[in-house]
Amino acid sequence: MKILVCVKQVPDMESRFRPDADGVWYAETDLAFRVNEYDEYAIEQAVLLKEQLGGEPEITLLCVGPDRVVEAIKKGLAMGADRAVHVRDQASHLKDPFQIASIIAAYAKGEGFDLIFTGMQSLDRGSSQVGVGIAEMLGYPCATTVVGFEYADGTVTVKRELEGGVKGTVRLKTPALVTCQLGLNQPRYPTLPNIMKAKKKEVSVIPVEQLLQQDARLVMAQFRAPAKKGGGVVLEGDVADQVDRLIGILKDKTAVLR
Amino acid sequence: MKTLLVGECRDGRLLEHSYELFGFASQLGAETAMVLVGNEGALPSYGGTVYLADAAKYGEYNPDLHKLLVQAAVEREKPDYVVFMHTSYGWDLAPRVAALLKAPQVSEVVALAEGGFERPCCSQKMRQVVKPVGAPVVVTLQGGAFPALVPGGMPQKQPLEAEGEARSEFLGYEAAVRKGVDLTRAEIIVSAGRGVGKKENLPVIAELARVLGGEVGASRPVVDSGWMEAGAQVGVTGQTVSPKLYVACGISGAIQHLAGMKKSGFIVAINKDKDAPIGEVADVLVVADVMQFVPALTAKLAK
Repeated sequence: MKILVCVKQVPDMESRFRPDADGVWYAETDLAFRVNEYDEYAIEQAVLLKEQLGGEPEITLLCVGPDRVVEAIKKGLAMGADRAVHVRDQASHLKDPFQIASIIAAYAKGEGFDLIFTGMQSLDRGSSQVGVGIAEMLGYPCATTVVGFEYADGTVTVKRELEGGVKGTVRLKTPALVTCQLGLNQPRYPTLPNIMKAKKKEVSVIPVEQLLQQDARLVMAQFRAPAKKGGGVVLEGDVADQVDRLIGILKDKTAVLR
Repeated sequence: MKTLLVGECRDGRLLEHSYELFGFASQLGAETAMVLVGNEGALPSYGGTVYLADAAKYGEYNPDLHKLLVQAAVEREKPDYVVFMHTSYGWDLAPRVAALLKAPQVSEVVALAEGGFERPCCSQKMRQVVKPVGAPVVVTLQGGAFPALVPGGMPQKQPLEAEGEARSEFLGYEAAVRKGVDLTRAEIIVSAGRGVGKKENLPVIAELARVLGGEVGASRPVVDSGWMEAGAQVGVTGQTVSPKLYVACGISGAIQHLAGMKKSGFIVAINKDKDAPIGEVADVLVVADVMQFVPALTAKLAK
């Protein structure tokens, strides 16, 4: 069995974001990058499946992005992927979700992957388009927003998370693609021996020009902070002072403090 | 300008948020038609054209056939925009329709912008304006961004059929697990988020809830990490609450969480990050570390 896991490297979401020179995306200065949280669930599910099948499946990790993404690749390999493909693209942030899906599909076509795992969205762009797009381009059935996953004899049974806590159970035959929702499993922390082992694993680099055949369908025009709705009071400074001010406001504005 | 609105049915009923699609079309100043995989009983209160495919035949979740049904409606209606809600149905189906139509897709639109659409990015902290190239344009709308509009009237039904292979089998719905406290009746809720740091810190949140006479809730990451039971989760996939006072401790404010608590009477958020999206709905944002501020607040209130 061949498994592909697609991961993206994204900034820490507690960062302060500023527009880049063109004003269309964030400037990378001062940002710390990490593996997109949703993709950690995708990696973990692939590794759990490999363990379930006695180590037989080979897990390939794929990441599109500039040089910095080697750190995300290292983490995925340390979590248990066998090999990695770095589609090197210094301008991946300017590609639209359709192009990113096209790039990944161009790589995966002909590789004969039985299962592809992706996150259901990225924390920075959050389009929820790339996973489904890859499946459509490859002609794979696909289930999104998966919070439960079982595999047996070429059949995948997943639970999709719907609104209001309801779940929908769906069965697919491989080859198939699933997009992983938070809470699907408990992503492991790489152990030191596995971090060391990961250093010896194969990472192939493919320049994006070899895989990109499509023009963008979206033009990024602007990146900015949301207009503040206002009205809210912001309390900063010394904790004791904040406590007093908050209690004062609660006494004034609510009837909950007796 | 013409929009084709993709309505959504579950368990044979039209989901209420489908009316937000009309709100969007109205802001756009566009004509409307709806496509729906449902039944006679699920028709919207709307006097325009509804392309109705039979859910008994096609299933409520069957993306391989639903995309073909939407495509068939697109061929008849020739819309400029094909509009979905950004829900588990919409974000699943829209990219498939976009792929079939070779059309651009803009996800989770929150507002119209000059020449394009405004959408959130960076976990709702920032906004991006994107301009689609080509037509028709597939759009998904963030829930709550466009006020629901009920046009009223009796639809002109147009039967809709499509043929194709269904590659996924829908086995059924599983009802929500409801264990623990019914937070929907609580007057005061103190919720713990990722900013609490670790499971061992949760008693600090529970203690504040006790002193205030409230219940303890949680954001999704706290439940996903196994720190608290799923029954305590506030948000789209958990409980939707509207207490008199909601205290969000270390919750950044994912849209799914905000949708579940923004109708609370008074909202206090405690967060290290001054730019966290929770600040958009909070009446008071305390910029502080939860583990420093909450014990200090509890101590003062207990006096």
